[in-house]
Amino acid sequence: MNWQLDRPDFEVIAGWVQPGERVLDLGCGDGALLKLLIETRGVRGYGVDIDDANVLAAIANGINVIQSNLDAGLAGFVDGAFDHVVLSRTLQTIRHTQDILDAMLRVGREAVVSFPNFGYWKNRAAVLSGRMPVSEDLPYQWFDTPNVRFFTMLDFEALCADMNILVRERQVLDEQGQLVTEEHNFLGSLAVYRITRG
Amino acid sequence: MDLDNKKTGSVGIVEAQRAHFDTPLELRSGAVVPAFDLVYETYGTLNAAKSNAILVCHALSGHHHVAGLYAGQPKSLGWWDNIVGPGRPLDTDRFFIVGVNNLGGCHGSSGPCSLNPISGQLWGADFPMVTVPDWVKAQARLADHFGIDSWAVVIGGSLGGMQALQWSIDLPQRVRHALVIAAAPKLTAQNIAFNDVARQAILTDPDFHGGHFYQHHTAPRRGLRLARMLGHITYLSDDQMGEKFGRVMRNDSGDYNFGYEVEFEIESYLRAQGDKFAGFFDANTYLLMTKALDYFDPAQAYDDDLAAALKPAQAGFLVVSFTTDWRFAPSRSREIVNALLKNDQNVSYAEVTSNYGHDSFLLAIPHYHAILSAYLERIRL
Repeated sequence: MNWQLDRPDFEVIAGWVQPGERVLDLGCGDGALLKLLIETRGVRGYGVDIDDANVLAAIANGINVIQSNLDAGLAGFVDGAFDHVVLSRTLQTIRHTQDILDAMLRVGREAVVSFPNFGYWKNRAAVLSGRMPVSEDLPYQWFDTPNVRFFTMLDFEALCADMNILVRERQVLDEQGQLVTEEHNFLGSLAVYRITRG
Repeated sequence: MDLDNKKTGSVGIVEAQRAHFDTPLELRSGAVVPAFDLVYETYGTLNAAKSNAILVCHALSGHHHVAGLYAGQPKSLGWWDNIVGPGRPLDTDRFFIVGVNNLGGCHGSSGPCSLNPISGQLWGADFPMVTVPDWVKAQARLADHFGIDSWAVVIGGSLGGMQALQWSIDLPQRVRHALVIAAAPKLTAQNIAFNDVARQAILTDPDFHGGHFYQHHTAPRRGLRLARMLGHITYLSDDQMGEKFGRVMRNDSGDYNFGYEVEFEIESYLRAQGDKFAGFFDANTYLLMTKALDYFDPAQAYDDDLAAALKPAQAGFLVVSFTTDWRFAPSRSREIVNALLKNDQNVSYAEVTSNYGHDSFLLAIPHYHAILSAYLERIRL
């Protein structure tokens, strides 16, 4: 998993988390987000990751981490156990998209989902010129990408509507991590959503 | 199983010690042990605050000799030597590590083959059955003996992991971290079935003499050997057995003998393992240890609600399982993890990829040891 030290979506996510909340971070990587939330928000919580190196790094970071495959669902977690369930840059790697969204909103009051926006103009331009996009937020080649689902912000919002999921708030970032204020699905490289049950 | 150890990083020469306890110990069965001995070994130095102590709990056939060598005995390497020593996961530069032979054991602690002070005879079958909670109580006496109020860590694999779990439940204020490796919250019917076949092998051996075979100057070696052969199969994975032995035959010609002598390598290996084990282990202890496994079920008193049983625990937990362990499969470890998650308790869980089945927990698998080291290094003393 590509893991960047500077993660602009972390700031957005941290801004939505209240002090002392219970947080579940799915695809937690080395636990950097949870560590940030613990240090700055005093949250309690767990990370979940499937990758050996990430689990080791999260343990070294002092994070509670559970090694588990997200495609197997969140069977070990009880209903409503968390204030926020975070899925940061991971939704596109999960095969059972609807199952994970359902599971997140089962175990959490609110979910935070960030993902690379395939509708970003550079991605569109790449496809128009005949090649799959490779960018800051989509750093893989088509043959080695862990991503299995390719979708735009509009696609995601349509799915939410279908699933009776309410978009509470959304922040969109460009490749430099700056907030995008207009033409989101065209100018946004990374989208961050707060969603709840409708 | 050969342990792949280097001389460097070992604790070196060690010596066993003995502690005597005069206060009677009441057991789960209602029986009382009037007085008892525990043999133990220690590695590293107990700090002034007595805050750096680690208790290593052994499994079915283990004992107090966890690490190092006895002077003049180059083959006496401890059973979990690869984990203990300077720079190793249980780092003796930082921690004070205690290995203990459990009550009922056959390596020097009070048990079936020690002297019953009342009768003046060896205990034999009269030694009361002990349970995992009984072991925790006895081990707590050893903690008192050192003046250790709380263990920084209680760690164990398999039946040892069950003791770590039981510690966290029974004496929550006395264990700050519990490392529960290749364990389960209780045995399945299949687990108990394997144990009972092993027990039947011993109990039906004509040399068993109702457990008082010492007086007959014999031992139920055939039964114990069979029990170990059966047990050993459950410690390995099918893949690993296939890789190591396959259908390789002792006879180079590849022809069948059409007889019952050793023919396949796996037969030779298992028989040798059985013979070795029957040569030093006590049959009564084996019986008693398997019953302790069968009876282990901390959730039983809580309507089978493991989370309710674990509620009092204050420890941080690291739970580790191994992908090819079918004796206590990863899903069994997840039961423990899920109960802790339900209680919002501190837990991390690693499922280590390994080809070596249940015995993986004894091996120096780099990722596994890295996980243990990463967790242990974070512990504040």
